[in-house]
Amino acid sequence: MSAEQLIQLVYLISAGLFVMSLKWMSDPTTARRGVFAGAGAMLLAVVGTLMQPEVESYHWIALAALVGIVVGVPLSWVPLTAVPQRTALSHAFGGLAAGLVGTAKYYVWLGDGQLTTFRMTAIVAEVLLGFLTCTGSLMAAGKLQEVLPTRPLTYRNQNIINFVLLGIALLAGIALIVRPDLPWLFPLLVGLSLAFGVLLVLPIGGADMPTVISLLNAYAGLAAVAMGFVLENKLLITAGALDGSSGLILSIVMCKAMNRSFTNVLFGAFGQVTATAGAVESRTAKSATAEDAAQLLANADSVVVIPGYGMAVAQAQHRVRDLHDELTKRGVNVKFAIHPVAGRMPGHMNVLLAEAEIPYDSLVEMDDINPDMPQVDVAIVIGANDVVNPAARRDPTSPIYGMPIIDADRAKTVLAIKRSMNPGFAGIENELYFADNTLMLFGDAKAVVGDVVKALSGEKSGH
Amino acid sequence: MLATFIGLDVIRRVSRLLHTPLMSLTNAISAIAIVGAILVTGEGHTALSTVLGAIAVFASTTNIVSGFLITDRMLKMFKKRDRVQ
Repeated sequence: MSAEQLIQLVYLISAGLFVMSLKWMSDPTTARRGVFAGAGAMLLAVVGTLMQPEVESYHWIALAALVGIVVGVPLSWVPLTAVPQRTALSHAFGGLAAGLVGTAKYYVWLGDGQLTTFRMTAIVAEVLLGFLTCTGSLMAAGKLQEVLPTRPLTYRNQNIINFVLLGIALLAGIALIVRPDLPWLFPLLVGLSLAFGVLLVLPIGGADMPTVISLLNAYAGLAAVAMGFVLENKLLITAGALDGSSGLILSIVMCKAMNRSFTNVLFGAFGQVTATAGAVESRTAKSATAEDAAQLLANADSVVVIPGYGMAVAQAQHRVRDLHDELTKRGVNVKFAIHPVAGRMPGHMNVLLAEAEIPYDSLVEMDDINPDMPQVDVAIVIGANDVVNPAARRDPTSPIYGMPIIDADRAKTVLAIKRSMNPGFAGIENELYFADNTLMLFGDAKAVVGDVVKALSGEKSGH
Repeated sequence: MLATFIGLDVIRRVSRLLHTPLMSLTNAISAIAIVGAILVTGEGHTALSTVLGAIAVFASTTNIVSGFLITDRMLKMFKKRDRVQ
């Protein structure tokens, strides 16, 4: 077997392993095997590439890889609340790598006079996607880490300016494809891609982050696909397409979960509508003490916990787990209802609850729990707001009208744990808190849940 | 190409429970860009291409290492009821 054939065989096995890796991801029992398969596939890909005859010197590669490992290992130790930021940062690195390889190839081929139309088209796509993913993801990471303001930043004619900028970038790209020998166009394309990435994420608010992260995930994958076409490498195309399609599917899932279209997320500046506050100001909510709540829970048969990102911010997961254990011990059926956009990235809440050792078979998806909600004795809302707002079902003037929600209000009693009566992230008033069957527990989620657990362990069982 | 279509079908079947680990994993997989980065760096055509390539190798390695490690870390936490108690 020739060296070339061997490399192709290694690449083929690698591609197959990547697919198997994703297949095993579909079930929690085999998911870890999926990670090993993925890592193995990556190792094969790297070994196969190092065997390529074009690779003549190794010291720069070794040095860069070493630094990468030194930086990468600590990045995997971040707390799980920070996983969205890490993921966004990772997308930025992925975009950067693609953009830089495209740039390097452009200048190498420009010097050799080997810029065919096909190569140039692929390079333009790679550079555009790579660099816009890079800055866009950095912006997203900044917003998630709250070094940048999380609210949407808007200004007059924003969409027009963005479109014009993208238009100029595309024109520069097309001009480069026709006349690759005009070298001043290339830095212009790079600059515009970088700028467009920033402007794209600027108007997007925190509530839309799950969708935006998914979308940037898709772009990073597509940039890798474009790189595959530049280098005519089938493994790159396959693995990039897996990443791109995964990002795309997640984006669609997220959009559906919020009843919004792609264009709406990208150009809508969610949360702009200031709630029709005046009318509701005067209404009062009923508040309760931890003891009231404990008594209520002790006499319940079924309890559904609806967690939101607020629970994670207050680091209340472990208290919630204590509550789960205490109630389960008493024979109460406890389930967790997870809204698809709860948290800051797709599936974030599941990971946070898993960290608190809550068994994953207690986690129920929105569509599966809603039909059972009217039979539920107590629904506990912890740090969630918009995803339980009945206005999404009832009030056509509400900015979140039409968004699928968890029907907490249909439970016999609702306990809502909240810091204060301030409207949540999106600034929308929630009538759930004023409903007759709702009791408010004011305070820090961690402290409140802790108090309820304490009161509960002193309470006699109602069973 | 065939693999891509199989992949699409596979991803659609991943439960919502595992969407965050899925994204971390595909994120690590997209660091396949390291293949291109190694080629550009290793060819050593010009000083510029070597430097750009080396930065790309660095960025991709970071993604590979942190992506696979954190995915595994998260997955270790998913436990069934009987294994928790």
